[in-house]
Amino acid sequence: MFKFNTSWIATPIVLALLIGIWHAYVTIFSVSPFILPSPFAVWQAVLVLLADPRTWQHTLITLYEIVAGFILAVIIGIVFGGFLGKIRWLEQTLNPLIVGLQVMPKVALIPLFIVWFGFGVTSKIVLAAVIAFFPIMTNTILGIKSVEMGHRDVMLALNASRWQTFRDVELPSAMPFILTGMEVGIVLATIGAIVGEYLGGSQGLGYMAVATLNAFDVQSMFGVIFVLTILGLILYFLVVMLRRYLTPWHAAAKND
Amino acid sequence: MSVTEKAAIQTTAAPTTGARGAGIKLAGVEQRYGDPKSSVLALTDVNLEIGKGEFLVLLGPSGCGKTTLMRIIAGLLKSTSGKVEIDGQPLWNGNRRNDKVMEELGVVFQDANMFPWLTIEDNIALPLKLRGVSKTERRKRASELCELVGIKGFEKRWPRELSGGMRQRAAIARALSCKPQILLMDEPFGALDAMTREQMNLELQRIWMESGCTVVLVTHSIREAVFLADRVLLLSPRPGRMDTLKTIEIARPRSAYDQSTPEFQAYELELRKRLDTFA
Repeated sequence: MFKFNTSWIATPIVLALLIGIWHAYVTIFSVSPFILPSPFAVWQAVLVLLADPRTWQHTLITLYEIVAGFILAVIIGIVFGGFLGKIRWLEQTLNPLIVGLQVMPKVALIPLFIVWFGFGVTSKIVLAAVIAFFPIMTNTILGIKSVEMGHRDVMLALNASRWQTFRDVELPSAMPFILTGMEVGIVLATIGAIVGEYLGGSQGLGYMAVATLNAFDVQSMFGVIFVLTILGLILYFLVVMLRRYLTPWHAAAKND
Repeated sequence: MSVTEKAAIQTTAAPTTGARGAGIKLAGVEQRYGDPKSSVLALTDVNLEIGKGEFLVLLGPSGCGKTTLMRIIAGLLKSTSGKVEIDGQPLWNGNRRNDKVMEELGVVFQDANMFPWLTIEDNIALPLKLRGVSKTERRKRASELCELVGIKGFEKRWPRELSGGMRQRAAIARALSCKPQILLMDEPFGALDAMTREQMNLELQRIWMESGCTVVLVTHSIREAVFLADRVLLLSPRPGRMDTLKTIEIARPRSAYDQSTPEFQAYELELRKRLDTFA
């Protein structure tokens, strides 16, 4: 964790510096606005976009795809991770398959998902869920395997059932790990939904980015990317904040 | 609760105390580790009866199998051979733990093993939660137990906010929450500083006298053993086996000053001399 008091000053300075370099580069070399518009042109485009109700409709659709895909990934990831973390032989049997699926570029499945689930939101939700699922599942497995032996002994001495041990020890013990998986997962779900929209469909911010580019409206495209970035950031920080509510006892929940 | 038997070396009969709690009977207990071909014998030929309400201390150098023996009594480990009976009931039915017998046991480990995600109160009442006791009932019992072990007022705290000694008190409270007949303790104060440890010994004596349960405590401190025990079982190492069973006839309740009496020191010296022969 970085120190907040320093970064509050340092981060805006770095950001301003980067925008300054961008602006200087565009003006000094008189770069065509079709290649790289100036930061001010992009800001203008953002303001125009935000004033347009259609932008908000597209944003809502993308938001829905990301959140639905992410929630699916969390539920399925924890259930699968829970079983695989507890049942050794099952994990060992399925491990090659899991690694294979994890390595496989999921984006390559988009055409298939479009055939299966159509051009609408469903194919994007599925893609977001599939991409976000893996880090959540693998972190759940890791978390359950990392339960302290002493904690297991306590439950064993109390003659607790497997379900009780899962509910009262393994799940809470794995929660910091699961949250780390969720932090990665929300970013991947965002990427999944947007890439899905890039490649097929007529709705969402990803579609908007492609549409503005096709119209040679490069500064609007940059504007859409800006909106997307803000959306992604908000979602990411919401997940990060979950940590403080779900694991207030854990050292990583403290913000210093 | 004075024990009237004379020093009994190499005898296994339990003293009659007439207290509550449950008796423990070990017959031919043996433990091997590793695969059958190249196994290491950790513990052998343990035949022992522990009386109802007795305070038995397992003493010995490291590697003498005292922790192994405690884990066997606690049902955490099924001995390779031999039988364990609690109040006449077998601890194991084949490869299954006897649920009814397990209910009579409370275990305290060297580490407090508090669950960091639960408050002290919820940690203490966890065994009750597992048995389906209602939340209000659990709160009530946890508060009584906090009072008993001397951590009243810390019910709502996180374990990390407590000192090591207080966490260990909470662990004792958790072990007592289901009113077990037998309390098993594996070097419970081993990680504490000497002063806290001495105080915990006094507290444990008081808790034991109040609860009336049978206690089996593992330690490698001779002083702790003599201070707490009705009987000390000295185990010799490699493989662990019963060496000496010594009845400590110092009146209860014992105070910290009793440790300076010639009587106390004579017991200490006798056990120390015996321990030295193992080296």
